[in-house]
Amino acid sequence: MTVAQQTPSQANAVQPAVRRNGRWSGFRHILDVRLRELWREPEVIFWVFGFPILLALGLGIAFRDKPADIIPVAIVSGPKSQNAVSMIQRAPGGSSIHADVLDEPAALHGFRLGKYDLVIKSDNQGGYMYRYDPARPASVFARARVDDSLQAAAGRKDLFPTSAVASSEPGSRYIDFLIPGLLGMNLMNAAMWGIGFALVDMRQRKLLKRFVATPMRRSDFLLALLSSRLVLMLVEVGLLLGFGVLAFHMRILGSPWTILLIGAIGAVSFGGLGLLTASRAQKIESASGLMNLVMMPMWIFSGVFFSGERFPAMVQPFIKALPLTALNDALRASILEGASLASQSGRILIMVLWGGISFALAMRWFRWT
Amino acid sequence: MPVVIQCRNLRKTYDGKVEAVCGLNLEIQAGECFGLLGPNGAGKTTTIEILEGLLEPTSGEVTILGQTWKSHSRELREKIGISLQETRLSEKLTVRETVELFGSFYREPRRPSEVLDALQLGEKADAWVGKLSGGQRQRLAVATALVGSPRVLFLDEPTTGLDPQSRRQLWDIIRAFQKTGGTVLLTTHYMDEAERLCDRLAIVDHGQVIAEGSPAELIARLGGHHVVEFSLAGDLHGKPETWQSLPGVDSVRNDDGLVSLSVREPHRTIPALLDAVDKQSAQLEHLTTRQASLEDVFVRLTGRHLREE
Repeated sequence: MTVAQQTPSQANAVQPAVRRNGRWSGFRHILDVRLRELWREPEVIFWVFGFPILLALGLGIAFRDKPADIIPVAIVSGPKSQNAVSMIQRAPGGSSIHADVLDEPAALHGFRLGKYDLVIKSDNQGGYMYRYDPARPASVFARARVDDSLQAAAGRKDLFPTSAVASSEPGSRYIDFLIPGLLGMNLMNAAMWGIGFALVDMRQRKLLKRFVATPMRRSDFLLALLSSRLVLMLVEVGLLLGFGVLAFHMRILGSPWTILLIGAIGAVSFGGLGLLTASRAQKIESASGLMNLVMMPMWIFSGVFFSGERFPAMVQPFIKALPLTALNDALRASILEGASLASQSGRILIMVLWGGISFALAMRWFRWT
Repeated sequence: MPVVIQCRNLRKTYDGKVEAVCGLNLEIQAGECFGLLGPNGAGKTTTIEILEGLLEPTSGEVTILGQTWKSHSRELREKIGISLQETRLSEKLTVRETVELFGSFYREPRRPSEVLDALQLGEKADAWVGKLSGGQRQRLAVATALVGSPRVLFLDEPTTGLDPQSRRQLWDIIRAFQKTGGTVLLTTHYMDEAERLCDRLAIVDHGQVIAEGSPAELIARLGGHHVVEFSLAGDLHGKPETWQSLPGVDSVRNDDGLVSLSVREPHRTIPALLDAVDKQSAQLEHLTTRQASLEDVFVRLTGRHLREE
């Protein structure tokens, strides 16, 4: 950067009067300055890096797969309630049932709040009555288990032997579904905001106008902005997946290169969309409305927190065509199933089309002043 | 002297209706400091932005250093430096980083440290832009224009809103640039700035040049070089003809009871004025005499004061 072009006769000059900049000097400086500015903005660091991890942590804990063995049940106190407790304790699977003895209103209250999955009450005819909620899977399950245990304790014999193998593996849990979705959503949010917001802000501050008043190459400027997204993408992918592995023992089956390449295509595609969204807006307010409008359908439909397959078949083609659906599905296939890059080419094509068309339109409409 | 900036019949119409610039001609010579002086909304910023190649004129021709924006945009950008009326540079970059960034866009920029020292920003080199005072920010804006070692400097209202000391510092910077052979075009609505800094001026009003010349020439064109201002007790102000007929009076103006006479020789006019006041059995409430200024030129040409509206 500071290498001076000297003619031989000037070679002895004490200090070169002129420094020459290379072809990419502007690009490098814009990229450098972008990253520095982000680094000096603590809020940005939090929203880009901290927030997705907190979200993953919170949702991962709330929806963790509970050990299925403890079934909370309430027994209404009465003459036969102690009998029921001792029968449950005696039964072969009884250790997985936790029974509290309470009066009826307290038992029903606990049941309503979901503290108990089942209420057991003597029917005054030598048997028991179960109160359960057929709409609650846990309640249905509790009724079957408790009935089994009581009957077994009372002496019922199995008619033929059965056996079972326990199989609960990382890869099929909610957190495994969630982390790639969060990663996709985060790449979208960060690219849209990181590019769109930054551009409108610079336009509002007349900084874009000031830049085009210099010999700066406009394409270099946009390229540097996109490149800053790619650098951040590396950090985002590494952080979120690393967190999944460390905190939730997530297993990553796909190759890191495939995952990073999919992430990069996603980041650039959303960068194009962010560029388009911000191509004309003069004010942050109008741009942020527009950006939410673009992103909102994808937060809902594109399978971030729950699978997009839950929506009616009629809207599936529309959902599959969204760039975030393509990114999330490709990330999940690669991270959770180890799918190859080639097998994701359809999804990659969708992202490339969104990014490419947005970029082309943005170039036509973009307002520097 | 070669012409550095030239425009002919410049017109700019916004939305097909508002005429911001209507038929403006300018010729600015190498090494000059040329000022566009006029009130807010006169079309100064539109004009300078067209000359800077940031706005398309509706019609008219612009050549800078003999080249046009259409054919030599990139070459011209290498040779000119610009400070816009309001640019908010990134607050979380340091002064040095900002100047380095702008320098990186040019093929052969000056050393950032040298530019910062020349603009008395050396001590602030590592401070964040957000921590600078108004005057320092404005100097930084000029530093980003000078780092490309331009031959022509465009400054849009460089000292608006600055304290007197900061304004003087900027004037020194502009003069220093001129000494190295640079050409400057600036806009201002400050009379004193135009008078002290500019070699030549164009007074702009309603998108047209209404007068052009050196400050001294423009003032001389008023006729008198002095202004005698007086007001009479009571709401009297006498007939303009009475004052016009006094010896040495070139023109008469009445501003809400304050009568201004443009005069060539105050020592002849004032005794005659006192006699005339006596004859009308009126009483002087106030009498001053001063050198004519560009303000008087503007008032004479437009009937309005520069800072009105």
